[in-house]
Amino acid sequence: MSPEDGSILTAPRDQRQSRARLKLIDCDVHHALRSLRDLHPYLAQRWREHLDVYGPRGPVPFTGSSPYPKAAPALSRTDAWPPNGGPPGSDLEFLQKQLLDANNIEYGMLHLLAPSGMDQRNQAFGAALSSAVNQWQYENWTQKDKRLKAAIVVPGEDAAAAVAEIERWAGNPDFVQVGMTTHSIEPLGRRRYWPIYEAAARHSLPIGLHTSGYNGHAVSGGGWCSYYVEEQHNVAISQQAVAMSMVCEGVFEQIPTLKVVIVEGGLAWVPSLAWRMDRQFDRMRGELPHLSRKPSEYLRHNMWYTTQPSDEPERPEDLRRIFDWMGWDRVLYATDYPHWDMDNPGQSIKLRLTEAEQKMIYADNARAVYGLA
Amino acid sequence: MARHVVATAAEIPPGGRKIVTVRGREIGVFNLGGEYFALLNRCPHQGGELCRGTLIGLVTSSEPGRFDYSRPGEMLKCPWHGWEYDIRTGQSWCDPNDTKAKAYAVTVEPGETLARGPFVAETFTVSVEQAYIVVEL
Repeated sequence: MSPEDGSILTAPRDQRQSRARLKLIDCDVHHALRSLRDLHPYLAQRWREHLDVYGPRGPVPFTGSSPYPKAAPALSRTDAWPPNGGPPGSDLEFLQKQLLDANNIEYGMLHLLAPSGMDQRNQAFGAALSSAVNQWQYENWTQKDKRLKAAIVVPGEDAAAAVAEIERWAGNPDFVQVGMTTHSIEPLGRRRYWPIYEAAARHSLPIGLHTSGYNGHAVSGGGWCSYYVEEQHNVAISQQAVAMSMVCEGVFEQIPTLKVVIVEGGLAWVPSLAWRMDRQFDRMRGELPHLSRKPSEYLRHNMWYTTQPSDEPERPEDLRRIFDWMGWDRVLYATDYPHWDMDNPGQSIKLRLTEAEQKMIYADNARAVYGLA
Repeated sequence: MARHVVATAAEIPPGGRKIVTVRGREIGVFNLGGEYFALLNRCPHQGGELCRGTLIGLVTSSEPGRFDYSRPGEMLKCPWHGWEYDIRTGQSWCDPNDTKAKAYAVTVEPGETLARGPFVAETFTVSVEQAYIVVEL
């Protein structure tokens, strides 16, 4: 029996007044299309037909599904299915009530997971899809609620098309970052992606790297894992690979003003990765003569990390040591609404935070990274 | 500890539930085959609205490859992270040692014993003809 049986009589919590409290900037909010056909108005006839006849096709043989069972239908909280009959995240009004109003969210950073233009095998279609998604986000989300800020979705495997898409939207205050998938054809530090980073930096737009995409390789370097439980942590490992690639290839040396936000990869790994990279850098500096700084410095200067899914040490205070080491200004709060493993503001970080620390993590760090007023 | 009339017995059929507000707290009242139980509508894990979750059964396993499904409708699964609780006790099956959903005592009483009031949860006028569900809080 589900709660939709009509036996629940009081108003749902999201329809009640939220208490006056800390304003929050949520760095990972998932909106969704009700149907791929929502993109029709934003696609040329040629690509509308392609979408309807062939549909999105990525590098793995899962077109409407995923290689791992995502624990809950649509990967979502069971209370997040909106009254419009579409999937979770597809109803603006419901998302406003359940997420933005209920949690006093000042800004929410939108990350659309599907369809991904960057994942398309047909690159021209990927470019058309990215453009359509951006126009759709603009008209249906960011223009309708100024709290919501979009990422310029780019077909990142085709740098020229990606740069064109950035140029199309840069300067529009509704778009505050550039969104790419993290499981790319080559590691994201490789030079084929640099024109995208240069364009982003030129417009002071961070690159938002939400864990996503299937490039045909196993998510970790350790082969295709058997269980979703493994995949959930493998994405954090893959984000470390992204960070290492960007540091070691010299992306930040070439583009010192580039900002990269790691989304949905956890963050307790940052100190360990930095220590290990620094050690090797000291021993084998000759291999990376193009780096003028220690790897840890790029990790603490050019990169930011979102909290969800929260690291939950048995002794919550251990997290303080990690934040101390990374720098408190690196930590950005994220809920991952409406996904089933979302974090609830005020509940997910078990560490006791001072008021100043709360302000940084829950809002001011993100405000600084994204240049929000 | 005050007692609060929250529903008529007929209002919550077997397998049904009602979420009521008592002294500012939201409480889910459940009918399991004629027995009533009440839990705070707040998951002790991260604060989800527990009592709006799906009713499920208890899955146990005595050996690899064997799964037994019992007590259908007596377990409650939080809509957020899927933590499961025994509606009868509030016992968590994810973290039984440290986590427990807050449970309240529930009784069913005939109207004539309650008519003296005042019973103010929601706005009930207690008539003597019916049976009422009473939560202690």
